[in-house]
Amino acid sequence: MAQERAQAAWQSAPFWSGVRAALPLLLGITPYGIAFGLLGPTVGLSAAGTVAMSAIVFAGSSQFVALGLLQSGTSYLLIVLSTLVVNLRHLLYAGSIAPYFRRLSAPRKALASFLLADETYAVAIAHFRQPGASPAPEFYLGLGLTVYLDWVLSTTAGLAVGGLVPDPTALGLDFALPATFIGLVVPQLRDRAAWATCAVSAAIAILARGLPGRLDILLATVVAATVGWGVETWRTRS
Amino acid sequence: MAHALLILGMAAVTFLTRGLPIAILTRRTLPGGLGRWLRHIPVAVFTVIAVQGTLAPTGEFRLSLGSPYIWGGIAAVVVAWRTGNVFLTILAGLAGLWLGRGCL
Repeated sequence: MAQERAQAAWQSAPFWSGVRAALPLLLGITPYGIAFGLLGPTVGLSAAGTVAMSAIVFAGSSQFVALGLLQSGTSYLLIVLSTLVVNLRHLLYAGSIAPYFRRLSAPRKALASFLLADETYAVAIAHFRQPGASPAPEFYLGLGLTVYLDWVLSTTAGLAVGGLVPDPTALGLDFALPATFIGLVVPQLRDRAAWATCAVSAAIAILARGLPGRLDILLATVVAATVGWGVETWRTRS
Repeated sequence: MAHALLILGMAAVTFLTRGLPIAILTRRTLPGGLGRWLRHIPVAVFTVIAVQGTLAPTGEFRLSLGSPYIWGGIAAVVVAWRTGNVFLTILAGLAGLWLGRGCL
């Protein structure tokens, strides 16, 4: 019985539907993985170090920030601290998605934590919150492992091909990620609280853009979610 | 490997920010207010990345029909609204961007 349950994750339908849900994301993620593989050696990372960073850290924004800091000769301690700041937004993602992971074993919870990124969080939480959905954490594991494999493989590909790859911006693939998030947010706008959250977040996203350490994401999220929570509370009371 | 310490340090703090809330909040129930607050996080996060990528793709704010990213954004919003399908939304967004670039 226990053994059957242990095998279940990758044999289950939700796992594979998570893998399928990851496929459109790869369009936006792959070019950045390739770019990371290209850039690693230019700031003095070895080939093994470049792949290891993608495979062990698995955090796109912080990895690119680290490259920039390595280039300017920043100390390791400061790079690690800036990684912490860039990743503070994950506290919110993790807090928001944690209730769906309750029935996972401890090692699977650790795996789920490791795989948490902007894209995996976004697609999984949108899927879990669909009306009438039965939120299976295996969906998230399939999604996360697919994105992870793509990130590591595309980093390796970037190292291998050198400068042969066209600029993702020229192909417009830099817009694949924002388009993904448009596809995720629009169906969520079902009530006034969601509209208020969206409006406040959009305003702060513009006003606070470019704050260092992606603190603009953290600021916009905290303020907008608080406004959404306020609108919801006020409407239930009145 | 020369950068082993750096990579392990980055990995440790990244895992900490992802794992700590999951370790705690899968074990105990949230106070009601915090749980209801966290339910508004997804819309807030999605909006930041969608809006910045459409209205400030290079960091400069640009709200004008002369920006191809606006056309990508309009196409994506329309398709997301009508279909609710993420993959179709990405295709529509890229098509809008390419058309905007071709025609402007």
